[in-house]
Amino acid sequence: MSAIIIMLLGSLLIASGFLLAFLWSVKNGQYDDDYSPAQRILFDDADKDKPTK
Amino acid sequence: MKVDQAVIKTCFHCGENCTSGKIFLQEKQFCCDGCKLVYELLNENDLCTYYNLNSNPGISQKIKIRQDKFLFLDDVEVKNKLIQFTDGSKTHVTFYLPQIHCSSCLWLLENIHNINKGIVHAKVNFINKEVFIIFSEQETSLRKVVETLTYIGYEPHISLQELDENKLTVVNHTQLYKIGIAGFCFVNIMMMSLPEYFSSTGKVEDNIHQILQALVVVFSLPVIFYCASDFFITAWKGLRNKFLNIDTPIALAILITFCRSIYEIFSGTGTGYLDSMSGIVFFMLIGRMLQQKTYHSISFERDYKSFFPVAINVLKDNVAKPTIIHNVKVGDVIQIYNNELIPVDAILSKGNASIDYSFVSGESLPVAKEIGEIIYAGGKQLNGILELIVVKEVSQSYLTNLWNKDVFKTQSEEQEQSSFIHWLSKYFTFIVLSVAFIAAAYWLSQHQYNKMWNTLTTVLIVACPCALLLASTFTNGNILRILSKNKLYLRHADMIERLTKINHVVFDKTGTITEQKTLQIEYQGNPFTTTDKINIASIMLQSSHPLSKAIVEYLHVLDTIEIHDLKIIHGSGVEAWINDRHYKIGSYDFIQNAKNISNIELKSSSVFVMIDNKVIGDFKINQQYRFGLKELIQQLRNKFAVSIISGDNNSEKQQLQTIFGQETSLLFNQKPAQKFDYIEHLKKIKHQNVLFIGDGLNDAGALKAGNIGIAITENANNFTPSCDGILDASQFSNLYSFIQLAVAGNNIILLSFLLSIIYNVIGLYFAVQGTLSPLIAAVLMPCSSITIVLITYGLTQFHAIKLKLQT
Repeated sequence: MSAIIIMLLGSLLIASGFLLAFLWSVKNGQYDDDYSPAQRILFDDADKDKPTK
Repeated sequence: MKVDQAVIKTCFHCGENCTSGKIFLQEKQFCCDGCKLVYELLNENDLCTYYNLNSNPGISQKIKIRQDKFLFLDDVEVKNKLIQFTDGSKTHVTFYLPQIHCSSCLWLLENIHNINKGIVHAKVNFINKEVFIIFSEQETSLRKVVETLTYIGYEPHISLQELDENKLTVVNHTQLYKIGIAGFCFVNIMMMSLPEYFSSTGKVEDNIHQILQALVVVFSLPVIFYCASDFFITAWKGLRNKFLNIDTPIALAILITFCRSIYEIFSGTGTGYLDSMSGIVFFMLIGRMLQQKTYHSISFERDYKSFFPVAINVLKDNVAKPTIIHNVKVGDVIQIYNNELIPVDAILSKGNASIDYSFVSGESLPVAKEIGEIIYAGGKQLNGILELIVVKEVSQSYLTNLWNKDVFKTQSEEQEQSSFIHWLSKYFTFIVLSVAFIAAAYWLSQHQYNKMWNTLTTVLIVACPCALLLASTFTNGNILRILSKNKLYLRHADMIERLTKINHVVFDKTGTITEQKTLQIEYQGNPFTTTDKINIASIMLQSSHPLSKAIVEYLHVLDTIEIHDLKIIHGSGVEAWINDRHYKIGSYDFIQNAKNISNIELKSSSVFVMIDNKVIGDFKINQQYRFGLKELIQQLRNKFAVSIISGDNNSEKQQLQTIFGQETSLLFNQKPAQKFDYIEHLKKIKHQNVLFIGDGLNDAGALKAGNIGIAITENANNFTPSCDGILDASQFSNLYSFIQLAVAGNNIILLSFLLSIIYNVIGLYFAVQGTLSPLIAAVLMPCSSITIVLITYGLTQFHAIKLKLQT
């Protein structure tokens, strides 16, 4: 097999990885609400001295 | 005591003006006790970050919610309909909270477990304005969770409609999957086709060539069978109904491209056009998603069920029992609290009824009812607790009948399908087919059979109307997005085109061009002495009538006195004696017993003041017109005919005539059916395209009858009748800009159409000669798509900025 085929398969593998990541993120609901996660990360963690569940 | 009246402070909690100026806590001022209570609670639980994230993030607590309002949530039947999952100890439930508006809301709701320890987990979906809560049944209950939410100002929206449909917002991800897969396949096919295009010998090494071709075919399969399936389905549906929709030529082009490419690849005669095909599908899916963007938190199809409360208190043996509204029977005695809606037709048996019918009939002032009178469903009680005897069940009531009226329903179906896209799709297929057959016939006459097939298929491939379609989907999609940013939510992209065609704008009055809450008061007559002013304010303070409250606010007296000799005649006025001075304040009928008044015209909208049998003046009650009304009307009058059609009396006729001009027709005392008929008359007899703007239930028919009906609301989550668009009241003055943007959008579509036709002609030039190579197709098609997308997007943004709209 020539080098180009290996390169091709390699690139396809990487691209499929990204496709799967995209499909997973959609399924995970990451596109449902594009406002709150961005805000949530800025909140101070008020519960830090409480036991985590 | 010196009070600085010049500076009116705003409430620390909700940001409204503090009119009383008396409620303080820790040097923070509040507009009402409700707001203060919320602050205290949050302060106690270390939740003051709420106030640090945004200033005045709270929700006004002026309208108090009665304590046992949510008793019905202990009912097992209601409970089972609301909760999503329970294992006996942990329960999952999702509430719709229309009040969610900022990051503070998000923070507070997700930290709600600090207030109600029984709540285990809370997660907000900001876009849908929903909160998902898991709570422990041992420590709390559904009712207590709702009460906690309500206490901090986030009263969940629980309506009959939702209970009946048991709706759970299931988000459909299919469209995103399709776009992702189409994009993936498109770029990979493109990449694997590149060696073919750029090989100098015209042929790549045999084994590599075969592998590449095989992969291309493999990648094209999901595109045609999964991603493009919607186009085939709609095209097929259209054909079955003997109607050529815009998807027909697209489906045809995709299918022919696919078949021909597969044939070329397997027969070894060429490389096919699969890269162009997947590109088209990819771009069109994106365009479609933009255009079909739905507003999760807004519903255009609300019916009376979402207007009514879920449950109501029924009195049995002097014990109030919350009952689901469907189970309320004729003859039951029901209790209605202040600010609650009356859901059934009933006879008043106890209490002071002062009913606000503005939503149902358009009357701007509350109506007083005597004991024994029938109160129709849909009114809102404004003056204390009532007891009523039910005469008609919910499903039979006046309001429900109004809603279900047949005339209002039949009309909406026959909306003409005259839009440009429909026109195009009708003729486009014919034109393309005839070009293809003429070219094929030419080559047939030359006896070049190979070229004939070649031409026939390639013409259909390049003439795919995708660029044409992209022009309209991207323009409309972006306009919808801009409009929704400016708080005009249209039901569908077709509405943009309808908006460009209107030539008559009809307004409702109450609640549409007037503000719903604020009453403007103007005093005419002899000025009061200081004592009189204090006395009158003190007298009015004793009455709970909404007009009295408005007058008290208008007089703005802080040091009121106590009154002992007072007589309130319900629905008419107040009589009082202070230091041997006789005050009589009330309606025209109430006053005229003593003396006639010359200015009868004002009698319906004024409160008269009489001191010692002498009328000294009157408080004229005006509706507050919306901000920017005058400018808006001037803009509209330059281009369109304008009318007003109101269910209210004509007391404001003069004022309106000065704003709207002499030639505007102003119609008063119109019943819902008359409004409907008027719009129909304009449409059928005068052949005008009508934009109707209304708000209430009495406009429901007219909203449907208009070519486009827009409901106006002070809160996009409030109840609105079924309509084509919902406009936030704060953006009312921008209405003309919105229409202009729609017109600009139409021109942009036409421009991009011309451009895409140029692309198509270039493509056809090669196609009819039978010399369209896959390379030309692969360059031409994405090129045309991308330029169209850029041009439409750029131009709509440009116009929006020019019209000073938010983008």
